[in-house]
Amino acid sequence: MNATTLARWQFATTTIYHFMIVPVSIGLTLLVATMQTLAYRRRGTPAGETWDRAARFWGRIMLVVFALGIVTGIVQEFQFGMNWSIYSRFVGDIFGAPLAMEGLVAFFLESTFLGLWIFGRNLLSPRVHLASIWCAAIGTVISAYFILAANSFMQHPVGLRINAAKHRVELTSIWKVLTNSTQLVTFPHTILAALMTAGALLVSVSAWHMRRSRQDEVDPVHRKVAAMALGVVLVSAIGVSLVGHLQAQVMTKQQPMKMAAAEALWNGKSNAPFSLFAVGDVSHGRNKFDITLPDGLSILATNHPSGHVAGINDVQQAEAAKYGPGNYKPIVGLAYWTFRLMIGFGVLAALIAAAMAVQWRRGRMQVSDRLLRVATWTIVLPLLANTAGWLFTETARQPWVVYGLLKTQDAVSPNVSTGLVATTLIGFTALYGVLGVICFRITKRIAQAGPDSATEPVQEPDDVLSLV
Amino acid sequence: MQAFWFGVIAVLWAGFFVLEGFDLGVGVLLPIVADNDLERRVAIRSIGPVWDGNEVWLLVAGGATFAAFPAWYAGMFSGFYLAFALLLVGLILRGIGIEYRGKAQTDSGRRWCDAAFVAGSFLPALLLGVAFANLLRGVKMDAQGNMTSSFFSLLSPYALLGGVLTLLLFAYHGAAYLTLRTEGEVHDVADRLAPILGVATAGAAVAFLAWTITIRGGWVSIVLAALIACTLIASLLFNRRDREGASFAASAITTLLVPIWAFAALWPDVLPARNNAAWSLTVHNASSTPYTLKVMTVVALIMTPIVLVYQAWSYWVFRARVTGADVEGDAYAGGVGGIVAKARHSASEVLSSNGADRAGEPSGSSPS
Repeated sequence: MNATTLARWQFATTTIYHFMIVPVSIGLTLLVATMQTLAYRRRGTPAGETWDRAARFWGRIMLVVFALGIVTGIVQEFQFGMNWSIYSRFVGDIFGAPLAMEGLVAFFLESTFLGLWIFGRNLLSPRVHLASIWCAAIGTVISAYFILAANSFMQHPVGLRINAAKHRVELTSIWKVLTNSTQLVTFPHTILAALMTAGALLVSVSAWHMRRSRQDEVDPVHRKVAAMALGVVLVSAIGVSLVGHLQAQVMTKQQPMKMAAAEALWNGKSNAPFSLFAVGDVSHGRNKFDITLPDGLSILATNHPSGHVAGINDVQQAEAAKYGPGNYKPIVGLAYWTFRLMIGFGVLAALIAAAMAVQWRRGRMQVSDRLLRVATWTIVLPLLANTAGWLFTETARQPWVVYGLLKTQDAVSPNVSTGLVATTLIGFTALYGVLGVICFRITKRIAQAGPDSATEPVQEPDDVLSLV
Repeated sequence: MQAFWFGVIAVLWAGFFVLEGFDLGVGVLLPIVADNDLERRVAIRSIGPVWDGNEVWLLVAGGATFAAFPAWYAGMFSGFYLAFALLLVGLILRGIGIEYRGKAQTDSGRRWCDAAFVAGSFLPALLLGVAFANLLRGVKMDAQGNMTSSFFSLLSPYALLGGVLTLLLFAYHGAAYLTLRTEGEVHDVADRLAPILGVATAGAAVAFLAWTITIRGGWVSIVLAALIACTLIASLLFNRRDREGASFAASAITTLLVPIWAFAALWPDVLPARNNAAWSLTVHNASSTPYTLKVMTVVALIMTPIVLVYQAWSYWVFRARVTGADVEGDAYAGGVGGIVAKARHSASEVLSSNGADRAGEPSGSSPS
């Protein structure tokens, strides 16, 4: 293994880990803020009391997750310079700007107002306390916008001129970078996926509690939260797919290789089918068994059943002609399966939510024990879908780190030895592993303890006091 | 414009030093100022609401360096590779230590969190000084702007002295903060500790500043060095007269001036090459294009005042001294079941009952 491979593993490990956490904390912060808003609007009524307990309970879980997101985010900010110094020099004039803006606009907002929200419950008026959770929630969304704008530049570089003498790209329009067509579809896709993920977490925990208590003894918090979460999952699932469709079209135009690899479509054709599930050697185009939707890919990519979609071989030829000889193919098997798993896991989560919603309406707010047992695992699905989607979009762009401009193999720090990268890779992986276990156990314990009841004491200390 | 951004990054580092300085100091001092659980909670609570916002100054300094001086960002972070990796490990440990401490249910869990917090404060406090000293001393570079110094060659006596200086400085600043922000045993120990730490800091500062003058810098940095010495002495004198606010203000100015002084000495280099001056990265050859700098200037001019206003407001909200009574909630919730209802009342009720029955409680009376 050389330093480039190890640096890629390190980036993949730390980023996938960070991206397991971040959609949960973005979505959960927005949903907790919503719960607290409902509590505030209906204060003094039983419904308001229930929402208040819901917001406190879910706020505790949000903080545990958020903390892990913050500390793993620090690594992200510095990793570019440490492992990818040539990349940093090459794109810094453009890529650095959204990163700096993210810090200045979003991180300060999130961190300061989260501190105010945690410790200010008794010091601030309820209205200002509510405003502070919204400020933190807005901060997370702004943060996502800037970092995705930076990533979109890597997928589809815009607003630049190339300075060959200095071996770098230079910014010509910040607006083009911030309103990149790739960004305009990626950002809603990610935020909706974050809401879907957090919604699934709500569904899981609420289902766990609903299953354990007798039907008439279920804490109203779980019923209300589950009802809200089912709506959130279903609406955002529809949104994610619609935006995903737009994304596929943008991708077909901007990165034809990615779309072709996603389908393992070796030779371009019109009326291209969408492969649902193939057995065989997809990475070499020899499928023994393939279930397809006729014309599906053409519709996905071009909005027209007879649209022409370029194949891997076509794009390879075109890119070799444009950029010089070389291999422009990503790992096709990985692209094919991550694309399918992303969609598959997302659809599965939506189906569980839909089934619950249907049963609930039919059975006068009752859900069968079997379905609740399945629903307890809902959260796993969007997490896997997020990871698969992230793996897909990054690995299927290879060999490029900045599409069409800089290859990954030419981006790594030349002065950082293989041994050093291996050391930090092992160190971060071990540390992240331990923290992941701790975070999971704490989250599980708090989730199972349930919200504070109005009459009985609970084991879990109130969040205002427990963080010290 | 390049000079302006050099200044902005200096200010961001200054903000980071003065704010995160005291909460790193609290971490370094935790084993000394607190010897039971209640005291540890008081010390940590004093930085609880603000530490994360303080740390963002470092992230923004890093991001601004990336945006304004990409070659500096790339050269420095890849060159100080292991040092920055350790710094990151430290910051991860302390963040988790602080945030998960209250979630731990066992004594050993809390001890692990405390250890993570202390180690995670110690490492950055030391490494920041080492890194800055290496910038001042210069590093070995190649013509492409890559550092060629090995990790161990970065640990020269001069650099280690720099590390000791920031460690002591943050510890002193932390002691001044705890003196101002807490009551009870933590306050008293921090107050007794401050003069010792202050004198040690002064010793390290004089040695390091004098040594630096022989390496680089002009009259501006000499004036700033003298100013640092004066404010540190002033802080110590205020401490002797029990003027805690003034003492903390003076130590804040001292801590703030250290990165300003380092940047003044560094100018116009940003990553000086010790082996060949022509290979040094300077504000001129490491910077982004004027357009990028202009964009970032507009953003900084709009956002910085807003950030300063709300961060200052958050310090105002949490201005009250932290006492033992403030952190006794855990004991209520875990042990005395009946009183837990108190923590569950609506915000206003807690607020009104707080004033009434907590005023009478002697601080630090809780079992530890």
